[in-house]
Amino acid sequence: MTTTQENTTAQAVELITVVIDGFEVSVPKGTLVIRAAEKLGIQIPRFCDHPLLDPVGACRQCLVDIEINGRAFPKPQASCTIPVEPNMIIKTQLTSPVAEKAQRGVMELLLVNHPLDCPVCDKGGECPLQNQAMSTGNAETRFQGVKRTFEKPVAISSQVLLDRERCVLCARCTRFSDQIAGDPFITLNERGALQQVGIYENQPFESYFSGNTVQICPVGALTGAAYRFRARPFDLVSTPSACEHCASGCDMRTDVRRGKTLRRLAGDDASVNEEWNCDKGRWAFKYVTAVDRLITPLVRGADGVLAAASWPDALAAASAGIKGKRTAVLVGGRATTEDAYGYSKFARIALGTNDIDFRTRVTSDEERDFLAAKIVGSTTTYHDIDVADHVVLIGFEPEEESPIVFLRINKQVRKRALKVSAVATKLSIGVEKLKANFIKVAPGAESAAVTSLELTGKSVILIGERASETAGLLSTIASVADKTGAKIAWIPRRAGERGALEAGAIGSLLPGSRPVSDAAARVDIAAVWGVPTLPANPGRTTSEIIDALDSGNLDAVVIGGVDPLDMPNSATALAALKKSFVISLEIAASAVTDLADVILPVAAVTEKSGSFLNWEGRPRAFDAAVSDSLNRSDLRILSALADVMGESIALGTVTQAAREIASLGKWDGARVKLSNVAATGAKSISNNEALLTSWRRLLDLGTLQKGEANLAGTARKSVAVISPKRAQSLGVKDGDILRVSNSHGSISLPALVEDIHDDAVWVPRNSFGTQTLISLNAVHGDVVSVVKA
Amino acid sequence: MTKLAPVLSAHWDEKDSFTIAAYTRNGGYKASAKALAMDPDAVIQLVKDSGLRGRGGAGFPTGMKWGFIPQGDEKDHYLVINADESEPGTCKDTPLLMANPHVLIEGCIIACHAIRAKHAFIYIRGEVTHVVRRVNQAIEDAYKAGHLGKGIDVVLHVGAGAYICGEETALLDSLEGFRGQPRLRPPFPAIAGLYARPTVVNNVESIASVPAIIANGAEWYQGMGTEKSKGTTLYSLSGHVNNPGQFEAPLGITLREILELAGGVRTGHKLKFWTPGGSSTPLFTDEHLDVPLDYEGVSAAGSMLGTKALQIFDETTCVVRAVLRWTEFYKHESCGKCTPCREGTWWLVQILRDLENGVGTEADLAKLLDLCDNIMGRSFCALGDGATSPITSSIKYFRDEYLAHLTNGGCPFDPVKSTLFSGASA
Repeated sequence: MTTTQENTTAQAVELITVVIDGFEVSVPKGTLVIRAAEKLGIQIPRFCDHPLLDPVGACRQCLVDIEINGRAFPKPQASCTIPVEPNMIIKTQLTSPVAEKAQRGVMELLLVNHPLDCPVCDKGGECPLQNQAMSTGNAETRFQGVKRTFEKPVAISSQVLLDRERCVLCARCTRFSDQIAGDPFITLNERGALQQVGIYENQPFESYFSGNTVQICPVGALTGAAYRFRARPFDLVSTPSACEHCASGCDMRTDVRRGKTLRRLAGDDASVNEEWNCDKGRWAFKYVTAVDRLITPLVRGADGVLAAASWPDALAAASAGIKGKRTAVLVGGRATTEDAYGYSKFARIALGTNDIDFRTRVTSDEERDFLAAKIVGSTTTYHDIDVADHVVLIGFEPEEESPIVFLRINKQVRKRALKVSAVATKLSIGVEKLKANFIKVAPGAESAAVTSLELTGKSVILIGERASETAGLLSTIASVADKTGAKIAWIPRRAGERGALEAGAIGSLLPGSRPVSDAAARVDIAAVWGVPTLPANPGRTTSEIIDALDSGNLDAVVIGGVDPLDMPNSATALAALKKSFVISLEIAASAVTDLADVILPVAAVTEKSGSFLNWEGRPRAFDAAVSDSLNRSDLRILSALADVMGESIALGTVTQAAREIASLGKWDGARVKLSNVAATGAKSISNNEALLTSWRRLLDLGTLQKGEANLAGTARKSVAVISPKRAQSLGVKDGDILRVSNSHGSISLPALVEDIHDDAVWVPRNSFGTQTLISLNAVHGDVVSVVKA
Repeated sequence: MTKLAPVLSAHWDEKDSFTIAAYTRNGGYKASAKALAMDPDAVIQLVKDSGLRGRGGAGFPTGMKWGFIPQGDEKDHYLVINADESEPGTCKDTPLLMANPHVLIEGCIIACHAIRAKHAFIYIRGEVTHVVRRVNQAIEDAYKAGHLGKGIDVVLHVGAGAYICGEETALLDSLEGFRGQPRLRPPFPAIAGLYARPTVVNNVESIASVPAIIANGAEWYQGMGTEKSKGTTLYSLSGHVNNPGQFEAPLGITLREILELAGGVRTGHKLKFWTPGGSSTPLFTDEHLDVPLDYEGVSAAGSMLGTKALQIFDETTCVVRAVLRWTEFYKHESCGKCTPCREGTWWLVQILRDLENGVGTEADLAKLLDLCDNIMGRSFCALGDGATSPITSSIKYFRDEYLAHLTNGGCPFDPVKSTLFSGASA
């Protein structure tokens, strides 16, 4: 079925046959000569060429001899700029003495002004210039003159440092920033050999994607402040890994020296992140080695004080606290698919309950039904964005919440002017960069806008997790998608949410899309798990679990990777935990471990193997990058705990869990039906009141960004955004302090007057200087008062 | 054929030649009226038939360039005039615009009509403020007189003084507000030039030649010049000559003939070397006095007609010194985009400086030539190629003089002797 579809949808590609160094090769029309040569395994040296950037032909390193129909070009041509043509005969350095000399000549010239500081340069050992100087250069230089020198390094942002004298001016970094990231914050300036990469005066290179420029720099001119002078590349052990920071699903490489992660790089995956990642994914990993990292189990004694305990003692204490008790499970969206599956199985078998929810954030029952009805098992992919006629963003800021999705949309916008619409209250930087049609709505009034969207079967609706904050919105989207045939995709912020959904870490679903309420589904899973029956009542949601703990209807809770401050009513949540027996599986001290009765330390992502399902539902498997860690995955610990309780879940290893998940098979029974929730519309406001809207920025107070000062240095400033009309009525201009408050509390931030709905005020959710959820206990669409402070 | 043939410069000796009154008095703006009444394609054909070739250096047939503009494409077309005259030695557009700016404006009107453009942009180098003022005034007068503003507008843009902006695609980038660096071709300007619209970029002199062609016909123009190089052109004579300046003559005249008109080489001295078309064209010597100065003749003799900037150097001039000065110019003006030009000119200057100071061995000459070989034809645009021309040609003709610097431990010439004030008492 799939094959047939591909055959009918794939466009017929015209092939062109050329001869390179005497070998014939057929490549699609439009292929560059340098790429056609690669297909034959002929490596033409290059610096400025990059397969994902527009050709520039600046470095002249890839010169080859070309003739077409017997007519030779009078001079060697840059193979990175010339597409193949029929009857082209190409002679590279391997067969043309002219090309060979041209390449040697250019290499010699490139080294004229390049310092011989390889032994202290971060790039030394993995440097395209170094490597190609060996393959294409002369052992001894004929240059006896004076090299150009510059002051070094220049910080072009808090993250990226520039050593200008090493730069070969290939313009990869500036082209990346302009063409891929849409952030043309760096440029080449000055002339001749004094040409250099620079920033605009007083405007640092604050792009969410700046780290890619360091990675694609073919010399050591751009270096990351966090990695500079930390290691030699040949001392690093590299492990392919997957990014744990969001649901984009980037392929990554983690470089470790003596048990410590020193850097992470974007991996190559053409179907997901191509060769890019965001700065958070690249530069936020110190949390793994933070000082507050938990390494031994802790048990709260009769004196109320946490004390270190052996694993058997800790597991015994944990078992004693929950065995036979009414216990629920909360697992945060950071868990791997296998870990989430472990929690899911643990809840059903060891605790005999469906009270489990991975959505430990602002959420709704409508969302739970929507996920079970429309998202679990769904297959919208990045490729659908590539071929979409219209991409709609609802409750979703791709640049902030899933940066690689942003890059993919941006690529299509640049390539073919893809139509993008954003249903939102405030125009964001990202949406502006996508040249999107900004459909401005009051918070809470999204549904009406969604119904009037122009959609076809080739349209893609990208839904953020914040859509759950407007009642009826997900129901409206579902019905609009049903009507128009538009594809939908749900893009949560956290890396593990899609995997947790598929693993059944939610009260209404068992693993593999099976509704709890369906007897046949329960039989399926019970058979795989080797248990007679499974609990049949749909489980509680996160807020219901908190309420039940608070009211005494539940006794205990097993919590893994949850920050209660991410939830609305965090004070209530903390109070409820305080009343209950809490087992916390955590990597570092948190608000939950402060209240926990038993703390079981678990492995961080780099210390274990596993996989995430990204927003597409595509598995992103990874191995442990740090091989000698003593920390164990959640799964292994839950399995041990279940054994102590005498209720085995038999998931000793990640491999075992992955094999079991694979054996579940597809569910072909009925899906959960989405019961329509009526849209309520925006709340009414009076003088000085506004409707709150808010999202998390990419770089903020997230716990996984702890200790990354360089990264934090490029975060966007915390501001409160109001419309020009409101600014006028309040007598406020940019930079004046605004006080946003309600009965719960207040936030004071500098004002920014921007394109936002007149009825609304925007503040970042968890940013430097402001934690909206904690301070206001208010979510999207709630009424707050806005005054000049 | 030793006579001058003033067409462009016919009225330069009139005191008010630059005014619209003088231009009209001498028959100006009649050609544009005639052209506007013609079918645009007929105008292009006429220019093609005339044999007019680009006067900016490359000699590309002007009518053919106009013919490349796609017609009926519903896009805006643009005409861009390259008045960024910056090549060392070249000084034809500046006097032309000072003496007769209206001929360019009239040429713009005709060319815009031919290529169906509504806008012409004149990109002029920033250093020549007096020319900027004059052209501005002329544009204003042309508007007042109703020649402009009726479907065709002319905009004057003042560059910031970068040599590279004389390269047509760098000029377009600069005109759009970016740093001037040459663009990757294809797409060529005729398809995606200024603001990615079909654009013709022509030299001042090329466009200024058009009104006379329209007025007098293709046959008249074809009657001048040589077989493949038709018409008249401005030769700019400078350096060690008694009467330097612009000499308008039919293409194919020889330096010997021009020198006769210019009163010969500086009295008491003899010709040593000269450039046929600015510093980027390989040097000639006194062997080449009878080379016909048309596109084919100069090319056959191993150089290029270029901008017809004839810089004359007599025997008092040290060729190494002259070449070093030019190379310093290219190093300073290299835009930095491509490696060979950027790094090559940086290195060339250092080697030449050493040679001038008598530092080095004969092997350095081989190194210098090899380095030029690695730059020539390897750089992104012609600037890199041009930077090597004076070096390779000077070594070809004056190798012994280079070696003399080495045996002499420095320059054997007295630099004062080559100056105009040589012989004057202090």
